[in-house]
Amino acid sequence: MKKYTYTEKKDTRSGFGAGLLEAGKKNPEVVALCADLVGSLKMDAFIKEFPERFFQIGIAEANMIGIAAGLTIGGKIPFTGTFANFSTGRVYDQIRQSVAYSNKNVKICASHAGLTLGEDGATHQILEDIGLMKMLPGMTVINTCDYNQTKAATIAIAEFEGPVYLRFGRPVIPVFTDPDQKFEIGKAWMVNEGTDVTIVATGHMVWKAIEAGEKLAEMGIDAEIINIHTIKPLDEEAILKSIKKTGCVVTAEEHNKFGGLGESVARLLSTELPSPQEFVAVNDSFGESGTPDQLMTKYGLDTINIIEAVQKVMKRANK
Amino acid sequence: MKHTINELEDIASQVRRDIVRMVHGCQSGHPGGSLGCADFMTALYFDVMNYSTDFKMDGIGEDLFFLSNGHISPVFYSVLARAGYFEVSELATFRKLNSRLQGHPTTHEHLPGIRIASGSLGQGMSVAIGAAQAKKLNKDKSIIYSLHGDGELQEGQNWEAIMYAPFNKVDNLISTIDYNGQQIDGPTEKVLSLESLQAKFEAFGWHVITSNGNDMDDIVKALHYAKSLTGKGKPILNLMSTIMGNGVDFMMGSHKWHGVAPNDEQLATALAQLNSTLKDY
Repeated sequence: MKKYTYTEKKDTRSGFGAGLLEAGKKNPEVVALCADLVGSLKMDAFIKEFPERFFQIGIAEANMIGIAAGLTIGGKIPFTGTFANFSTGRVYDQIRQSVAYSNKNVKICASHAGLTLGEDGATHQILEDIGLMKMLPGMTVINTCDYNQTKAATIAIAEFEGPVYLRFGRPVIPVFTDPDQKFEIGKAWMVNEGTDVTIVATGHMVWKAIEAGEKLAEMGIDAEIINIHTIKPLDEEAILKSIKKTGCVVTAEEHNKFGGLGESVARLLSTELPSPQEFVAVNDSFGESGTPDQLMTKYGLDTINIIEAVQKVMKRANK
Repeated sequence: MKHTINELEDIASQVRRDIVRMVHGCQSGHPGGSLGCADFMTALYFDVMNYSTDFKMDGIGEDLFFLSNGHISPVFYSVLARAGYFEVSELATFRKLNSRLQGHPTTHEHLPGIRIASGSLGQGMSVAIGAAQAKKLNKDKSIIYSLHGDGELQEGQNWEAIMYAPFNKVDNLISTIDYNGQQIDGPTEKVLSLESLQAKFEAFGWHVITSNGNDMDDIVKALHYAKSLTGKGKPILNLMSTIMGNGVDFMMGSHKWHGVAPNDEQLATALAQLNSTLKDY
């Protein structure tokens, strides 16, 4: 198992804030919009640097999506910011008609995704957003795994033409990816090469997959770990190549098992390479209040859940 | 003036012919609101707005128009074609398979003149505001126009936009409400009353003007007056009274022709009331 270490923990949303500032410096067409959550989205640095390129919308997410779509018509590259729930479910039809169907170059940037939003509870913890967004034709869906990757992704989507959903989170987590990485949309990142089982992980579950990989190595299981940061378009080649070698897969995501990364992988395998698969995901449930760690444990999204899923899937694959 | 009032009225008459023929041709679509807004749309595209029919999505240096109540696509398509954005013969493909003239306007098929999809109601004002703010960032002095149904104002997103625009001094925006008092299920007064739209918009900080959308002289004057009000710190709202189905006597003033196509006999009756001033497509 390749060794991953970290010297600090940071939140992915701060990676977004840093990336937004850099994207803004690189391209004067980059503008930002926020629905009364500037502090939570870490947009302060961008606003300080480019006050005339920031639009405070107030608590009016539908209007924010529409204004963003309109801004693209004048050549702007708008980044909208609010929590994942209010970025997707609340404004689904606005995104569908004014952004996706109209093919507008809007970057929908969503913080506080998943259970790790924590204490605010289920009203704010969306676990359905990946599904909602990936079903929209032409929408690129990205879920980043740490500060550095989020920063790099934010810069990359500014340079990409087309609507993007960028999903990140609230809690501080290990910073373990390369600070100078080049983020390639739609390209899987090989975290660890292995031969016994493939673990495909996204978002906050990538670090947990690494932790699981280390424990599995101690148990004599050589796990291949792939980070799928771009859920759509899916890097089908990387996934198929790995599972051809290992013969089985565990998918891990902080999302409902319905509609998430796991289902995208299952759809691919069912037509191209039928293989045993286990899902580490929320079992069709809403979340609840609690600390992020407590919730990840209670809802089966911990390191141990990945290990158990690996054992189960290998057994099913007769390994 | 690019055209005399008489010339504009003639164009509007042809636009009305196009509308009923298009809706008849596919036996679906929305003639009522389209007919009611024929004069306004003609005034906008043949007199008021500055634009190029060599279509570019960003519309830099051009006035832009956004149709929020996308179901009145027949009038939009007719005016765009008559203005020269695409061949008028293409109007015959309205709502048919493989057409760029979808039931509701869309950018998806790349029809020149369309900058956003609309149809699901209540979204157009936000988009128009965004386009207006982009103009400001680009130091582009052109004006953004938008059209909205009155029933459409029952959608909550409008009120987010109506609150936002004055606060942010979006004063390069002229939004028009097609105030015909009708919606699918009946008169707005009975479905969900709008009460005083003028008072509501004024309370939100808009500069409100009123106009008669079926009097060419009046609507042209109103739009030029609205233009003179831009750049003064407030968005402008043109509360435009129209009669749904205007120009075809049996369609006038009733919600029943909101989304119903005329049969052959009704088409003949309608066309007999509308002069063919340009050539039919």
